[in-house]
Amino acid sequence: MQQLVAYTVIGLTTGAIYALASSGLVVTYVTSGVFNIAHGAIGMIAAFSYWQVRFEWGWSAPIALIAILGVLCPTLGLVIDRVALRGLAQATEVTRLTATVALMAAFIGIATWIWPPENRQPFRGFFDGNNVSVLGVNVGWNKIIALIAAVVVAGGLRILLYKTRLGIQMRAVVDDRSLAELNGARPARIASASWALGASLAGLAGILLAAEVQLNVVPLTLLVINAYAAAIFGRLKSLPLTFLGAMALGLTEAYLLWGQGQSWFPETIGGFSTSGLRQATPTIFLFLLLMLLPQAKLRAGAARVRERSAIPQWNTAILGAAVLVIGSIAVTGMMTRSNTIYLIQALIMALAVVSLVPLTGYAGLVSLAPLTFAGIGAVLMSKMPGDGNVVSLIAVVVVVALIGAVVALPALRLEGIYLALATGAFALLVSILVFNQGKIFSNGVAEVPPLRIPGVDLSQPRPKAIFLSVAFAVVGLLLVALRRSSLGRQFVAMKDSPLAGATLGMNLVRTKALAFAMSAAIASLAGALDAGKVAPDNYTFDRSLPILLLAIVSGVGSIGGAFFGGMLLGSNTVLASIVPSVSKITQVMPGLIGLSMGRNPNGTASQIATGFRPVTSHPQSLLTALSGIGALWLLTSVDIISHWGFFAALVIWGLGIVPNLPALAVTSGRSRVFCLLIAAVGMGIAAFFDDIFDAVPTGGRLLAIIVLFVVVGNAIRRVHTPVAPTSKSSPDLMGLTGFTPEELSQSDRAIKVVP
Amino acid sequence: MSAIGEPILELKNISASYDAISVLHDVNITVRRGEVMALLGPNGAGKSTVLKIASALMRPTQGSVHIAGHDLTGAAASELARLGVCTIPEGRGIFPNLTVRENLEMAARKGLAVSVIQERAFARFPILAERRTQLAGTLSGGQQQMLSLARGLATDPVLLMLDEMSMGLAPIVVADLYEQVQAIAAEGVSVLVIEQFARTVLGIADTAVVMSHGHVRFSGNASDVDEATLSSAYLGTK
Ligand SMILES: Nc1ncnc2c1ncn2[C@@H]1O[C@H](COP(=O)(O)OP(=O)(O)O)[C@@H](O)[C@H]1O
Ligand SMILES: [Mg+2]
Repeated sequence: MQQLVAYTVIGLTTGAIYALASSGLVVTYVTSGVFNIAHGAIGMIAAFSYWQVRFEWGWSAPIALIAILGVLCPTLGLVIDRVALRGLAQATEVTRLTATVALMAAFIGIATWIWPPENRQPFRGFFDGNNVSVLGVNVGWNKIIALIAAVVVAGGLRILLYKTRLGIQMRAVVDDRSLAELNGARPARIASASWALGASLAGLAGILLAAEVQLNVVPLTLLVINAYAAAIFGRLKSLPLTFLGAMALGLTEAYLLWGQGQSWFPETIGGFSTSGLRQATPTIFLFLLLMLLPQAKLRAGAARVRERSAIPQWNTAILGAAVLVIGSIAVTGMMTRSNTIYLIQALIMALAVVSLVPLTGYAGLVSLAPLTFAGIGAVLMSKMPGDGNVVSLIAVVVVVALIGAVVALPALRLEGIYLALATGAFALLVSILVFNQGKIFSNGVAEVPPLRIPGVDLSQPRPKAIFLSVAFAVVGLLLVALRRSSLGRQFVAMKDSPLAGATLGMNLVRTKALAFAMSAAIASLAGALDAGKVAPDNYTFDRSLPILLLAIVSGVGSIGGAFFGGMLLGSNTVLASIVPSVSKITQVMPGLIGLSMGRNPNGTASQIATGFRPVTSHPQSLLTALSGIGALWLLTSVDIISHWGFFAALVIWGLGIVPNLPALAVTSGRSRVFCLLIAAVGMGIAAFFDDIFDAVPTGGRLLAIIVLFVVVGNAIRRVHTPVAPTSKSSPDLMGLTGFTPEELSQSDRAIKVVP
Repeated sequence: MSAIGEPILELKNISASYDAISVLHDVNITVRRGEVMALLGPNGAGKSTVLKIASALMRPTQGSVHIAGHDLTGAAASELARLGVCTIPEGRGIFPNLTVRENLEMAARKGLAVSVIQERAFARFPILAERRTQLAGTLSGGQQQMLSLARGLATDPVLLMLDEMSMGLAPIVVADLYEQVQAIAAEGVSVLVIEQFARTVLGIADTAVVMSHGHVRFSGNASDVDEATLSSAYLGTK
């Protein structure tokens, strides 16, 4: 009995914390229409900051709370709203979702940077050590406070939303944004207020949770994500249902915890250990709820797809493939063994990124689980008989494709954020319930055998790197073929307007399942070809995020973009190993790149991405770009330029100068000389960066690098002859985008998707 | 019956486009104080776009928007609303998930208390008083239109703009609503009424503008709109 009370209290406390977190999520979602994937990360940042001021700096609890919940969190919320999301009001849901994924990645990076995992003093809850007796059970004050906070917040939100002018305006904006504006409401301000509020609620939940589970970046981020399950229970609108869902979830978790200590609780089910079950409860909850959601209404009206990749041409595709293969043969001949291993990692990443091209790029479906499929591929390959047989590889790819399709099936009814969340839940479930099994990764590692091809020894780095380049080239060519086929056109049509596609007699379920299967198959290659010892940690959810980000930022429809994305991800490890002092930046980089896209869909990052596109299709420029990187590499490996110099020069070369190369090729006479001069000065400053910025601390140096690349890039851009942009619209979309909203809603009614 | 005063709404040389598709071409429209203007034209002519421009929900690519002589091109829609421009957009201009009372409260602002708005609204449409705690989405179409009209009028607007108010409503309800519109105009409020079907509204309008394909085809007294003007605009014959 006493145990029952004790576990009920634990359950209610956890539920209360989830309720706080999820109510914040719902408030921001309903008022701004953005499902904030980074909500948990805000809670995590708040918990760490609270720990910093409270326990490291010794502030008193009330002051620390005011500083974090009253100042830091609202500011964070406002900045996210103003800086990261404001420019995206008209963007597609996918783009907005990606922006918050970027935020999450950035926050995780920042937190690991500021608070590296080490022995730190414990995070103590409120009135730590003092207990209250509830029905004979001692309950810590932190738990009591969590419960009280949940009740107060529930009541407060109710009053705010129903009794105050601001609250009514918030609900009005949800109902009809432009009508609210016509009535004198200022939706932008209202959204800002709700972001500030939502962030504070996330912060409160984070702080209360940290006292229960201690500080740890990723788990803390993910634990608050579990609140998503509660939010979905409330269908992302009803606060009472959200609270109810949170409590049910907390109790289930607590009772499972209880059960696991009992003798009657099965330790294994069908040979699989049940130890991960409790940890997985919220995710299972989320997954089930998503499956039970009613069929998503097909969205009337063409989505405003802001980026529409041109149809790849065969000649450029073949040229690109050839350059890649020949290039890798040449480059690996000059590389040291360890650098070749880095290149291999980058190529593996490129395969993972390119797996999103058919799914996200063509079909417009977001997946947060590319690496999960890679992980399944790796595991299957390691278990396959035949020890690296080509037949085994084919079998693995086919099986993972099937898994992809099967996983996709229940998710197929979902759209936008719901679909993305379902794939995220799938990734977490596989991590917790499958990859953690001793049977799957014995002692936490699996040995993936190298592929056996007669006459080639793929256990050696160089042949392996070349083989992976060939694999990427083949996948790329297959994707070009796909994009140019009628199936590819169906993918794009589905992305453009699912409804119009359905009206034209397309089988949406089949099309979606195929897109998932193809993506999973490609991702499985990234696992199955990555021979060697691999650990479950390689395939976690949070590692999939940068993959999605780079895929989207570098232009998710383009294979060349995916290659660059992969290289950039790979360069993280490379940079981290040769330039330890700047490795921290590279942790944050994918997130920051993604964010700059969020700021303005047509701004910086997508400019950079579009800026690279002409480079990828202009062999001369591509060659120059790559030789430049090679030269820098050479200079730094013989110690002519320092590591900081290398990093600065790489940024300025890659982001400031390379995008201008195709234009420079057609610029003539004096302006060309002038451009080259600017470039030379920029590179010169960069190369001797260490000497010039000798006394400047890291932060100032980073700022200097950013300023330098922006100045150099813009100066060159000003001078040279602009190259006419290539056509962005693809002719096969014509006829689909021409519908007016009225026409679409008419066809809506005609095919009875809406009453 | 032309009660012509100074210009309240002036659209000067307006062009507008959705992405790359231009839908308004050099449109000039002037609504004067106390005037009821009918804006007519076939489906797709650009009438609703004119309304979006005039209420600042959308920016013109060219031209300027003047309210009571002030150039307000580029102002926010909420700003215009606070200056007395009341717009009831296409569809029902209500918030379906707010109660009738809360819908009215949306119009409240400094110097205009909720109680005053309610009083005025309930005086004009007594049925709304009975429904005050009901969600607006559960009202009948006619009541919803009454609610949006009542809310708009409670703010003492100088300019009232209505887009296809009669759509989907029974003729008798429409007649009722237009009677209210006439009464409002008599109080000196300028009214711009958009309708696709001409006859319902020409009867109460002083002036009329006929549009097709984003161009103004006719502009003048409502009584001068004849079959020939309409059929050329609607059917494209000249
Ligand atoms: N949101 C929109 N996006 C793209 N085109 C639109 C949009 N709204 C209207 N249009 C187009 O603009 C033109 C004018 O539309 P509208 O102003 O709604 O006409 P009306 O109200 O006279 O029927 C039409 O061709 C319509 O297809
Ligand atoms: Mg219209």
